[in-house]
Amino acid sequence: MTLTAILLVAAALIGIGLYGTLSQQSFVMLMMGLELMLNGVLLAAVGFWSLAAGGVPTGQLLAIVTMAVMAVEMSVGFALITAVYRNRQADMTESLGTMKH
Amino acid sequence: MSVVDDMAFWIFALTAIVSGWRVFCTDSMVRASFLLLASFIAVGLIMLLLGAPYLGIATIFMMGVEMMVMALFMVMYMMNPAGLNPMVMVHQHRFSIGAGIAAFVGLAAVMLVTDFADNPVASDARVVTDLGKELLGDSMLIFETAGVTLLATMVASVILSSRSGRFGPADEGSVPPPLEPGGQPAGRLPEEGGGHGHHHH
Repeated sequence: MTLTAILLVAAALIGIGLYGTLSQQSFVMLMMGLELMLNGVLLAAVGFWSLAAGGVPTGQLLAIVTMAVMAVEMSVGFALITAVYRNRQADMTESLGTMKH
Repeated sequence: MSVVDDMAFWIFALTAIVSGWRVFCTDSMVRASFLLLASFIAVGLIMLLLGAPYLGIATIFMMGVEMMVMALFMVMYMMNPAGLNPMVMVHQHRFSIGAGIAAFVGLAAVMLVTDFADNPVASDARVVTDLGKELLGDSMLIFETAGVTLLATMVASVILSSRSGRFGPADEGSVPPPLEPGGQPAGRLPEEGGGHGHHHH
């Protein structure tokens, strides 16, 4: 379990997440891609903290901030999906071609 | 680092990557959210191996709850939540695969040419105590800012998803989508309160 191996796994998670974010049409699946990218970021941050930074406490703080970002992204994302659905019955990205309906 | 730790790491790493990839291949939206949960739990377990018990367990608990909420939203918003029909809902597929691979190769290349410091955390370090002192000590402002941000997020989520907006009910004049293209609106129609419903499509 070297830092290289951990960062490789994190890069794979970020790559898969980017693929999901760009390819999925459904808003909910698109958000799963974003979550997967943040998963990779979290793993990379903890890997650096554990194996390269000698366990400085601010490294763990960075991971906590990433978790807060995850929660914010999820919450605001679903609120936006609900708002868009209420206004336009849209649950696919293709339905949102314009700013007005 | 013992052999058992190494083996555990590769098992968790493989689980994280494979379940992360299967999220976008499965037919069922609910199954997709549980696969994402598996990926998060595997990453949480890797964090435990890396000597970050607080972060690892917090990730597992937080994602356990988050993916349950996700599964609920899946059932609410998705056609085919049970996965009984095959489902492919993708656009710009080739470009996305290319972008995903490019991101992976780019990150891996940067990682391989960079010379990282080799400074592992001491095995007897009191990492949870350190974190607590950091959160409520030097970095308290950052920690509290995250807390206030979460509060603002709660307010914003309620405002965005509530039925009444600044200019009246948010769903006025909207109709449910038809089950087949060009068909009748599905479900219960909203009450026509005297207005003649200028529906926009």
